[in-house]
This record gives sequence, C-alpha cells and structure tokens, in this order.
Amino acid sequence: MLGGIDPVVLIAALMVASVPILLAAIGELVVEKAGVLNLGVEGMMIMGAICGFATAVSTGSVWLGFVGGALGGAGLSLIFAFLTQIMLANQTATGLALTLFGLGFSSLIGQGYGGMKPPPIGPVPFGPLADLPVLGKILFSHDPMVYVSIAVVAATAWFLKKTRKGLILKAVGENHDAAHALGYKVVRIRVLAILFGGALAGLGGSYVSLVRVPQWTDGITAGAGWIALAIVVFGSWKPWRVLLGAWLFGGITVLQLNMQAAGSWLPVQYLSMSPYLITILVLVVMSADRSRAAMNAPAALGKNFQASR
Amino acid sequence: MNRRTLLTSVAAATAVASLPRIALAQAPVKVGYIYVGPKNDGGWSQHHAEAVAKAKAHFGDKVEIVEQETVPEGADAERVMTQMALGGAQLIFATSFGYMEPTLNVAGKFPNVKFEHATGYKTAPNMSAYNARFYEGRAVCGTIAGRMTKSNKIGYIASFPIPEVIQGINSTYIHAKKVNPAVEIKVVWAFTWFDPAKEADATQALIDQGCDVVLAHTDSTAPLATLKKAGAYGFGQAGDMIEYAPTPRLSSVIDEWAPYYIERIQALLDGTWASQNVWYGIKEGMVGIGAISDAVPAEVKAEAEALRDSIAAGTYKPFTGPLNKQDGSAWLADGEVAGDDVLSGLSFYVEGIDAEIPK
Amino acid sequence: MLKLEKRASPSTFWTWAAPVVAVALTMVVGGLMFAALGKNPFVAIRTIFWDPLFGEFAFYFRGQLLVKAAPVILIAVGLSLGFRAGIWNIGAEGQYIMGALFGGGVGLAFYPAEHWFIFPLCILAAALGGWLWGMIPAILKVRFRTNEILVSLLLVYVAQAFLASMSLGLLKNPEGQGFPGSRSLAQYPATANPELIAGTGIHWGVIAAAVVVLLTWVLLDRHILGFQIKLAGQAPRAARFAGVSPSRLVLLCMGVSGALAGLAGFFEVAGPAGQIKIGFNVGYGFSAIIVAFLGRLSPLGILLAGLLMALTYVGGENASTNLGLPSAAIQAFQGMLLFFLLAVDMFTNYRLRLVRRRVA
Repeated sequence: MLGGIDPVVLIAALMVASVPILLAAIGELVVEKAGVLNLGVEGMMIMGAICGFATAVSTGSVWLGFVGGALGGAGLSLIFAFLTQIMLANQTATGLALTLFGLGFSSLIGQGYGGMKPPPIGPVPFGPLADLPVLGKILFSHDPMVYVSIAVVAATAWFLKKTRKGLILKAVGENHDAAHALGYKVVRIRVLAILFGGALAGLGGSYVSLVRVPQWTDGITAGAGWIALAIVVFGSWKPWRVLLGAWLFGGITVLQLNMQAAGSWLPVQYLSMSPYLITILVLVVMSADRSRAAMNAPAALGKNFQASR
Repeated sequence: MNRRTLLTSVAAATAVASLPRIALAQAPVKVGYIYVGPKNDGGWSQHHAEAVAKAKAHFGDKVEIVEQETVPEGADAERVMTQMALGGAQLIFATSFGYMEPTLNVAGKFPNVKFEHATGYKTAPNMSAYNARFYEGRAVCGTIAGRMTKSNKIGYIASFPIPEVIQGINSTYIHAKKVNPAVEIKVVWAFTWFDPAKEADATQALIDQGCDVVLAHTDSTAPLATLKKAGAYGFGQAGDMIEYAPTPRLSSVIDEWAPYYIERIQALLDGTWASQNVWYGIKEGMVGIGAISDAVPAEVKAEAEALRDSIAAGTYKPFTGPLNKQDGSAWLADGEVAGDDVLSGLSFYVEGIDAEIPK
Repeated sequence: MLKLEKRASPSTFWTWAAPVVAVALTMVVGGLMFAALGKNPFVAIRTIFWDPLFGEFAFYFRGQLLVKAAPVILIAVGLSLGFRAGIWNIGAEGQYIMGALFGGGVGLAFYPAEHWFIFPLCILAAALGGWLWGMIPAILKVRFRTNEILVSLLLVYVAQAFLASMSLGLLKNPEGQGFPGSRSLAQYPATANPELIAGTGIHWGVIAAAVVVLLTWVLLDRHILGFQIKLAGQAPRAARFAGVSPSRLVLLCMGVSGALAGLAGFFEVAGPAGQIKIGFNVGYGFSAIIVAFLGRLSPLGILLAGLLMALTYVGGENASTNLGLPSAAIQAFQGMLLFFLLAVDMFTNYRLRLVRRRVA
C-alpha cells in the first residue's frame, strides 16, 4: 500500500491512461528510426481524435472509428511527408506548422460533434480470468485497444530487430547517402515511415476521443503529442523501453492524482516536472556512453536527403 | 489622423447616417463579447456564447453582436477589445477572470464605451464586474451528495486554488455534513480548467479511492462519462449536462448568464447603464439548479429543493455559523453570516476537511 | 520525369518571388476554405491582409503588429544563429518563460521601491535566466554529446511546471484575492515596460528587436564570428580546420539565443502581458522557430517573416470578430500559409529539371 493507494488499481489505471501516448510514441519511434523528426505529433493525434470520432458516430462502429482515426492521422502526415521529403522543407518548422494546422483543422471538422457520445467499447471478455486476484485486474480487465497497443509494441520491436525491411529502415536513418548508394529508395521508405507514424498518432488520438474521455471537444488531446515525443527519447528509440516510458509518464499523472485523492499532500508542479528531468538524465547517461549512444539515436535524425544523381 | 479625431469623426458619421432613418429604425447597437476558449468547448465559454445567442434572439435587430473566441488573456485580449471599441461596439463583455487588467486598460482608453468583466473584482466608472455565487449551487449538490453516498466519501475535482473553488469545496462539505455527519471529502487539484483526459483520470482516481459521488469544478463532461462507466454519481457543471441524466448526473449547477446579458444590454439601450459590482446567485437567476433526476429518492429531492428555495428566497445563506476554520479556530458564531468581503477572497477550509490547499 | 537539381547559388528571383507565390497560393486555397464556410473569400482575405495595414483603423493595428512581432523576431534572430551553425535550440519557449521569471522576480523583489536601476537590473536578470536555461542543453551537448534538440524541448515542460509553481506560490500577488499570478509588473512603475510613443505600439522590446536585427546583420556580414557560424553550418570539417571550436560555438549560440528569448519574455510580462501567470506564454518560442526558417535564417528575412506572421494573427482576429469566422479557420489558414511558404521556398535552392529517362 502506497499511502492508501492500491497498487493493483494504480497499475490497471496507468495501463489505460498511457495507451494514447504509447501508440503515438511508437509511431514516432519508427519515423525517427528512419531519420525523420516529425514534431507534428500533437496535430496528427488531434486529427485522429476527430476523424475517429466522426467515423464512429456516423457508422456506429467504434472499430471503424479507430480505422478512421488512423487514416486521419496518416492523411495529415502525408502533408509533412510531401513537404519534407519532396519539397525538402525543414523538418522542425514543418512539424510545428503541422501541429498548428492540425489543431485548427480538427476544430473546424469537429464543429457540430460537441455533446455527442460515441458507441461504447467494453472490456475484452476473458471470462473467469478477469476475476483472478491481482492479475485479473491488471491483465484481463481492459478494453481491446490496450492489448492492441502492446501488440503494436511487440510487432514494431520484431520488425526493427528481426526483419530485413526493419534493418533497411534503420540503415536509412543512420546514413541516407550510404543507403541510397546501396540502392535503397530513401525517400519512399521515409514517406512510408511517416505515414505509419501518422496512422499510429491518429489511432492514439482516436483512443482519447472514443475510449478515454469518450467525447469530442476542441483541443481534447491537450498536449499528449508532446509527451509522446519525450517518451521516444526516454525509451532511447527502443520499443519496449518506450512502453516503459509511456507507463512512467502516464503513471506519474495517475499516481499524482491518486495520491491527492488519498489525501497526501505533495508538490504537484514539481512532481509533474520529474518525468522530463528523468528523461534528460536518461539522455545524458545514454549519450555519455559512446558505444551505446551510437547504437540508439539515429545519426541522420532531422536531416533532409536529396539524391545527388 | 490621430485616434481622438478619428473617433469623433466616426461618431459624427454614425450620427449623421442614422438621422434620416430614425423614423424607420434605430441603427443596431453593437455589443462585443470575448471568450477565453472556443465557443464549442462544452464548458465555460460555450455557456457564455449560448447566453449571448439568447440575448441576441431577445433583442433581434436592435442589437448587433460581435464575438471573438479563443482570446489569450493578456495583450491579445487588449487588442481584440480595442478593435471592437474602434469598430463601434458600445458595450463589451470580457468573460474570463484573466481579462481583468486588459479590460481595465481598454476601459481607460475608451471612456465612452462600457465594459463588463466576469468574475473579477476591479471596476471603473465605465467598467462593471459580475460574478455568480456558484457556491449556492454547490450547497444544493452537497446536500444531495451527502444523502446519496454509500461509502461516505465525496470527491471534488478542483481546478485552481482560487476563492471561487475554495467556496465550492467548503459549501459542498458543509451541506453534505449537515445531512450526513459521517461524510468525508477528498479533493484532487487538476490545475486546469479544461483537459478532458486529465479530468477523467482525476475522476477515476477519486473512484479508486472509494468516492461514489464526485463533483467537478472543471468544465468538461469527461468526469460524468467516467462516473457513468463506474456506476457512481456526479453533477452537471457550468451547463445542465442533461444528456447524462438520470445517472450519473443527479442535478447540476448551471451558469445562467442570459438574464444578466439581457438586463445589461437593455440598460445600455435605455441609457441607464451604470458601473456596478454584482455577485448574483440563485435568487437573481444567475445560478441555476438543473432538474433533480429520478435516481434521487423523493424525500432527498424535496429536501434539496427546499434548500434551493430558501436560498432563492434569501432566508438562508450557505455560509452561516456556527462554523470553525480548518485549524479549529472560530470563524462564524451561531447564526452569523459570512460577509462578501471575506467570501470573495476565501482562502481556507472549514473545520472537518482533511486536506490542504496547495501553495 | 521531373527531377530536382541543386542550384549553384540561391536564386535571386525566387528569393523574392517565393513568399509572394506562397501568399498568393494561400489566398486561393484559404479563400476556398472561407467560401466553403459560407463567407465571402475576398472580404475575408482583404480583412486579414489589407485592413490591418491600410484599413480604417490601421493607425492602431500597425502598432499592434509591432507588439505581436517583436518578441517573435527577438527570439527568432537568436535561434537563427544556432540554426546556421547546425545547433538546434527548439526550447526557446522555456527560455522565454525563465527570462520572464528571473526578470520579473528580481523586479518584484524590490516592490514597492522606486529606483532607476530596477528596470535595467530586470533586463539583465531576464537575459541571465534565459541564458542559464539555454546553457543546460549546451553544456550537456558539449560535455556528454547529448542531443540538444531533445533536451531543450524537454526543458520547456520543466519551465512550464516551474512557472505554474511560481504563479501559485512564491510570486503570487498577496493582494490578488487568492488568484494565481504575480503582482502587475506593468503597473509597478519601476518595472513597467510601457508604450514609449503613444499609439505606435513601440515598447522596449520592439526597440531591442530592432537593435538585435541590426547587430546580427552586422555580425553575420562583417564579423569573423559570423563567418565562423556560417562556416560551421555549411562545412563543419572545414570550420574545424579553420580553428573554429565547435564547443565554443555551441555554448555561444545556445547562450545568445537563450538570453534573447529571456529578454523577450521579460519585455512581454512587463509590458503587453502585464504580469507573470500560468499560460502567459502563448507559444512565441515555437512561432519563432517557424519564423526563423521562413526568414531563411537571415536577420532581415526574419524581420519580414515576423511581421507577416503578426499580420495573419492580427488580421485573422479581425476576420474572426467582424465576419464571424471561427478562430479555428484562422488557425488552419495560418498553418496553410506556413505549408506553402515552406514548400515554395525549395525553388530558391533547387530547380526543377525535366529529365528523359534512359530507355533500358
């Protein structure tokens, strides 16, 4: 017992709370592994939130809603892909513009969806498993997207580590000129990675509007996209560590609120700084170690590629 | 051309233009509104905008409304209000606390334009302040909450440690305690007015801590959505949120700005507008109590409605002694009513609340 | 098929034509959006781009353009130095906040005393605050090779949490009826940063921005340091041979950009914003990154880009108020403008070539 907090309940709660940032962060991880820095995660998430919500409301299917959300996020990321990969615009500036545009455009689409309720989504029926002590609550009481998000982590880890395509993607992120010389289509691979990142950010956004809150309001993602960016770094570009990071970031918020509810006084502002400070510390430790730093951070991150021939 | 000559020439032009038409119709009077959030935020700004729409419908052609949503509190607010004043607005409503200083500044520059600032405490000869006694609504909700809780734990999602919120927490606790001496209140500070995901998390945290009735002092409907999933009770905040009735929404504290807006615009039309600093409650109709749902037993409903009516009649004030401060020192003697000067800057809890106000 | 080919030197024609083309394209696409929302696109475009400059109330809005543009330009010029040298400070928002807290904090420590030296002292403290916040990623980069993009971004959140804590605690106005936020800096004569010439919008921040633009221009054009910065960005290896210390450059660029952001923060809270409170920072630090790139990292370009950005804010607001356009539409419109500017800008450095594919 942590000052009157049931750790089982806390873990179950943070697993749910961290789904949006986890999905978005995994998407961004793949994008960054391909050597692209897309700071527009927040914009793509909120586009996913409204597109997913609108689709779910009009079709009555929450699953189509998730698909719609992923498409919405991917659609917006296409603009980023076009500008940075074809028109060679600066990635930092384009990403920021993407967020600005996404926030405005989502709110435009969303006019008229306020006050509506999306179709509900229940927990996966695990039957008696859900009644197990401790494990039942932590492992077998969630809605399907919680499991989907963890599956995405596993799939991404496998893809990056075990498949040839994953290796190519990483090669492009390390040194695009060398990858190009080897005959790989740098731009095509990066565009695909950006689309994947957009789709996952959109999926994460639609989880907010369809499950977490369930409703649509302007600015509903409230900065989750920025946290996702931090998590990628915290996880040192490794999928399983990103999962850990998402739980830490999601967990601090949940823990903070729970501790308040349990009546323990704490300096909320300083606590909410802590994950960022920890992330910086992790970064420093990681980069101080020469051998490990080289393996994780994509060397060509944020640099544009233009084939000279 | 400097500002003053321009303003006079604009005024002159309007006067000349309106002369021949006087027999037909008066030129519409321009009234401006600025909101801190989007007009469809489902909370604070939306309820102001809805009230403005009612005022507009009430006055028809006599009044022209100009609005600006999502105005940051600071230099931007000053610019938007200046622009409205230059554009001929004769009365401008600034609908968020953070607009207080900007409104004061603009009011100083345009002595002939009238200003109304919501929830602040500063006024000027051409600037009024208006605020609602939300805590009166909390008294009614607190009574229902005290009766409806089975775990004897009531949750309160607080936004920022400002007097309005502290009044709300105290009022809720005092009235829940009155009907249920065993009741406890747990407070979570969200440090935001509007962050649906965080509000949902805060609600869940309170539920996990055993609360089965949760009041929110933040603006979204996310707490109600979470309460619905958990099978707990809550109340509408700012708006009626009737779509969550009969459960989890048992009743609501509604911001009723429309009557005030109509009253003040009418005063402008009549030429009787004067600067004032009002703090209206249930009696004046600025705080509304939403229909109490069927999930509430009839005798509790009757009790809550009686409380509401006594507040409306002015026979009962929610902060009436005997009340001690949290540290046990005396605050109000038996039958003593808290003065507005103390209430409007309230910065302490009453005795019995086991929590601390963040510093 | 079409192929991009790098120009030997940036095209002079496109340097000037690109922004014009971008604005024109935005007007077309944005106009379509306004039309789709049921508004007259021509009136909307005129309200955004023309009225603030030449409309009935331009005498007021011209000054407001300066108020809105000055902090962004001040920050962007500082950032551009680092960007030129390949040093990516994207945490100016945090440095802006820390500058405001340091500057404002020092000023309020003297409250209610009146001394001539308080205001200059605040300015120094603000620069110091921003500089310190910028030095954290700089030192980590120099010492541990930690990625400065990420550290500077993360420090924005830390600064925001710090701002919240200060607004609720140490700096809270004791006479503020319990509301979070500091005493008014604008109403405390010793710290106030008022409009210097009535009706012009010019305050000390505007003057600082103008001076910094000028100084940077001289620096880049005339000074050896400017040459080193440019060289480090274009040819890092050559720069090292030329005796440019990369570490020194990182410390310098991050420090200068941090200090300038800090200054902008103080001028804002002491003037237009009026006080330190949660959310006084409205994203100027991020806007400045975009402005730096739109201005092609040159001081003059940044000046123009900053003013253009301010124009879309002020004009967009007018369109929103007067035509009833949702503010979201304005935000989307600004996003579009940035997209087009970024896209069209390619033609300054590249040309499109029609190349025939060799038949295999």
